[in-house]
Amino acid sequence: MEFIDYYNILGVDKKATDEDIKKAYRKLARKLHPDINPNDKEAHQKFQQINEANEVLSDPEKRKKYDRYGKDWQHAEQFEKQQPSQGQSTFTGGHRSSRNTEGDFSDFFESMFGGQGRSRQTKFRGQDYQTTLTINLTDAMETHQQTLAVNGKNIRITIPAGIENGQVIKLKGYGAPGINGGPAGDLYISFSITNHPRFKRSGNDLYTTAVIDLYTALLGGETTIDTLKGKVKLKVNPETQMGTKIRLKGKGFPVYKKEGETGDLYVTYEIQLPTKLTEQQKALFTELSKLK
Amino acid sequence: MTTEDMIPVDDFCLHHHIEFSFIRSLRESGLVEFTGAEEKLCVPESQLPHLEKLVRMYYEMDINLEGIETITHLLQRMNDMHQQIVLLKNRLRLYENE
Repeated sequence: MEFIDYYNILGVDKKATDEDIKKAYRKLARKLHPDINPNDKEAHQKFQQINEANEVLSDPEKRKKYDRYGKDWQHAEQFEKQQPSQGQSTFTGGHRSSRNTEGDFSDFFESMFGGQGRSRQTKFRGQDYQTTLTINLTDAMETHQQTLAVNGKNIRITIPAGIENGQVIKLKGYGAPGINGGPAGDLYISFSITNHPRFKRSGNDLYTTAVIDLYTALLGGETTIDTLKGKVKLKVNPETQMGTKIRLKGKGFPVYKKEGETGDLYVTYEIQLPTKLTEQQKALFTELSKLK
Repeated sequence: MTTEDMIPVDDFCLHHHIEFSFIRSLRESGLVEFTGAEEKLCVPESQLPHLEKLVRMYYEMDINLEGIETITHLLQRMNDMHQQIVLLKNRLRLYENE
């Protein structure tokens, strides 16, 4: 069980008036409230603490109890005798626990006031959960379903085609349950899309390279390239230069949540020079070089 | 065409124990989109989380309307910048591992 100094948390002294406590709480809430600090776990945790401190110190009854037993561990035993139903372990440890109190009230609050702490009037939204889902580029191209486990619960989600790396999807109500009947938090899924060895993505466009031989580059012809949706035959213009870039309209990535809209595929040509030339080839190339 | 549930503002005020004048101020500032005439004012269901957030700022955090407007704009800018960071990170990936 962890002892928490509520006065310290709110930055007020023990003689603070109700008004001082209210002011201190509001000042800290303006800084740490989850509404002002979206996606900031640390701020959320600190807010839980100041909220808990405010709940106790703004209630005269609870504050009186806290003031009496709060820091004085020697009175704990006496307190335990008066409250046998709360279990012997209430104050026995005395050491600081490393338990994560995120999304919940501290054990200290529970043991001091039992269930009373939860019966307060204010309803609080449950903590938001965050998770990361890694998918590959090919999967991100198609709308598909995946199951992910969050806090022991399996959730089946539909991932729309065209999802971006780093994009976050919110699933309303899949976070931690609310406090005092408040609504559940939300689940935020952040997508991480792994790099593809042959295709790079920029927005809805894809980039790749295609290797053509010297003769096709010089004289023109046809070549077949891979796209993420199968093979495509391309006409190569005569005298195609190294690094020539062509655009294949509509062969890129699907646009997120816009059915039928697709980006483009950009293909950069790389020209492969022949090796292990025969004597005859060498002679012909020599002849060619004399013509330039 | 999609349809959306509308929540009567009177019900919202009753449920959250808030004054109607606060809603009127929010409407005037344009921070929340309401529909209907004043005596039958409604808020689209999709706007509820946003409206509840503004209520919390006003009643729990004691932030006045001017402060709420400023914070809302700053949070919006923060969100836009976050989106931009994601976009730039994705572009950077194009040049990494080359």
